Amino acid sequence: MLRFIAGRLATMLLTALCLTLVVFFLTNLAPSLERVAKTQIGARVSDAEVESWLNRNGYGGPMLARYGEWLGVMPGWTSAAEDGGLAAGRCLGDTAAEAGAPRYCGVLQGDWGTSTVFRDEVATIIARSLALTGKLMLWVLVVMVPGALVIGVLSGMREGSRTDRGLSTLSILSTATPEYVSGVVFIAVFASSAVGLRWFNGSATSAMEQATFTNFTLPVMTIALYGMGYIARMTRASMAEVMTSQYIRTARLKGVSFRALVLRHALRNALIAPFTVIMLQIPWILNGVVIVETLFNYKGFGWTLVQAASNNDIELLLGVSVVSVIVVLLTQLISDLGYVYLNPRIRIS
Amino acid sequence: MDPLTWTGALGTVLNPLLLLCTCAFAIAALAATLLGLRAAPARAGSAAALAGPGGAPGAARLAVRLTFWAIVAVLVAYLVGGLVTPYGTGGILGCLSRRFLPVWIALAASFGLSIAFKRRLGLYGKLFDSTIGMIGFALVMFWVYTALFTGLFGWIVTQDPLTTLSGLKNKVPGTPIPGATGPWSHYLLGGDNLARDVFSRMVAGSWIVVQIAPLATLFAFMVGITLGLPAGFYGGRLDTLLSFLANLILAFPVILLFYLLVTPEMVASGVPAWMAVVLFLFPILFVVVLLNARLYTRPLRRTLWVGAALLGLGWLYLSMISQAGTPIAFLPEDLDLFDVPGGILVVFVSVVFVNAPTVFRIVRGLAMDIKTRDYVAAARTRGEGAWYIMLWEILPNARGPLIVDFCLRIGYTTILLGTLGFFGLGLPPDSPDWGSTINLGRRLLSIYPHAALVPAFALLSLVLGLNLLADGLREESLRD
Repeated sequence: MLRFIAGRLATMLLTALCLTLVVFFLTNLAPSLERVAKTQIGARVSDAEVESWLNRNGYGGPMLARYGEWLGVMPGWTSAAEDGGLAAGRCLGDTAAEAGAPRYCGVLQGDWGTSTVFRDEVATIIARSLALTGKLMLWVLVVMVPGALVIGVLSGMREGSRTDRGLSTLSILSTATPEYVSGVVFIAVFASSAVGLRWFNGSATSAMEQATFTNFTLPVMTIALYGMGYIARMTRASMAEVMTSQYIRTARLKGVSFRALVLRHALRNALIAPFTVIMLQIPWILNGVVIVETLFNYKGFGWTLVQAASNNDIELLLGVSVVSVIVVLLTQLISDLGYVYLNPRIRIS
Repeated sequence: MDPLTWTGALGTVLNPLLLLCTCAFAIAALAATLLGLRAAPARAGSAAALAGPGGAPGAARLAVRLTFWAIVAVLVAYLVGGLVTPYGTGGILGCLSRRFLPVWIALAASFGLSIAFKRRLGLYGKLFDSTIGMIGFALVMFWVYTALFTGLFGWIVTQDPLTTLSGLKNKVPGTPIPGATGPWSHYLLGGDNLARDVFSRMVAGSWIVVQIAPLATLFAFMVGITLGLPAGFYGGRLDTLLSFLANLILAFPVILLFYLLVTPEMVASGVPAWMAVVLFLFPILFVVVLLNARLYTRPLRRTLWVGAALLGLGWLYLSMISQAGTPIAFLPEDLDLFDVPGGILVVFVSVVFVNAPTVFRIVRGLAMDIKTRDYVAAARTRGEGAWYIMLWEILPNARGPLIVDFCLRIGYTTILLGTLGFFGLGLPPDSPDWGSTINLGRRLLSIYPHAALVPAFALLSLVLGLNLLADGLREESLRD
């Protein structure tokens, strides 16, 4: 078991390494660097000025060396001032050359770099935005998981009944509605000042400080709806399979009432598969979070991702990708371990 | 010209009728649910359950069914009324129905022919035994025909989707065009914030989706199959390597990947063009290996077929990847068959790139399952080659799940295209595709919702149709 977890963690590390290398390569291509320089020193500058700015700010070296600097296995860049001393450097910070600055400062030393857009530490930005997104995700899970399980169990316990057909059609409808469609429809119906009901706010900006029913319902519902249908369908399939198994038939022949049959006998086994599905849905929710945070202007992790990507903010993007890889692979690991824990018939050899 | 109302003159008769039917339906549905709840405990053990529904619950259920069909009949009456009465009498709904007349005819023809010959059409014919499948098919074909008629003949659109007409900015549905007379001189579904016709843009957007989504999904399947079959069949190091790469791409947040691939700087650097060079090789590889595995015992025919495939597909490949304005433009203009318009190739490549790993995982799993079957062992004993077994024994037996996933995946690709448009990536900003239109419309969503709602519902109905179609196919393919 320990070897299994260690192996998975090693894979996670390797994946994160490869992925950041890809992101680093794609964000450090010549046209992208030129854009970074132009956003920093103005759009109307000559190519030579761009070149010298890039060299002065540590973008000049070979790409792999700079990746090593970010990682913390190569000494950070420094650039010489005119009088021969150090003018600036990766490890020096904003103030002029300090005597005791470390030679290495990368992820391995716990330094995630600085964002060029927000002019702040990457670690601070990511921590702040993750906290906001965590709040959103928590409420999404609180709404989505019980809802999906109830729908799935209700439709799976009597396969082919009218309840089943009705709920299954609803689940298909919800999986066919991407967040940007349901979000737009929700805003038009519940928040529009022209024709709608004006029950909720069309923007969740105020929910960042204080989430209330009015400003947080629409974003939470929008994300929950898209994932709900899929989990409900998986629960339904799992429930329907359990209901046809031998031990359920035996219990039914024994005279167990339908209610007790579902609640006491079928449910426990039927909920093993949905657990895996729910864990694997979390990366997908992350995807929906990006759309919803943009649509509702909620400045969480997804919003930060969009800002970093559209401004080619290299170090922030690298940080964002590391976090999302860890989320994706960690949920996979938890889903595998949980599956083994819940289902004693499976053992990891 | 007078502005159009939603239902026009027909509405004076049909609207009260619709209200009546809806109220009756609601009452009947409520009654059926309540009576059903009361009857349920008694039904569990009693013999009455065997006698079938009867009495008050049965009557309530009949009423639900009757009123439901009455509502459907009234809704159809709106559409038919618009077709038979002169322009404008049927209101906006009638005008829309009339504008879609070629689509209705094509739909009726395809349904008539398919149902008449459904016993001879295999899995496709069986689709017409399932109601869900038929509804899905109708929704999908509605958009396919709309797109084809718009893209090939320019039939359905009423105005040019890119032209702005002054005085029609953000106007409500049914606003007449100032100064114009005669039929089709209305903005049927209103104007957007640049005073363009929302209806025509929605219809023109369907052509973009129908061009890209199925083809991109097909390419993703070719890539996924060409890599997934050997990974599942051979296993070992190859499998480990390919699975790691697939998981690597899957661990990327989709939107980050899009931002990294589709931004103008990235297009200028040529990365997507090089990815196109690699990804579009797979279909050629797939077809050539497919033909070679089948025909290698007959060298003459093999050479003929493989040569023809290489020549035809190779030329298509070269003219596809050779694009003016990207670093890869080597083919002389006379030999270049076509140029994919700006941005579409990049969008295409990134959508294929995102979808291929999932297909790879599905195919790999299926191949691992099927390679233990007896017919594979029989083929091995016959001395068939590995690729013959993969492509002509394993692949045909995996077709059921793959066809279902293909339908679902076209829907997912449509959603991805919308996502790209929603973030303003890839396609030009005035492009009428649904994602970009939603993105433009959402800024004024709370004041003028129609500009974003129309493309949103169009996208929703197409994806819903594809999901229902996949569900119907799955049900029918499981039945035998």
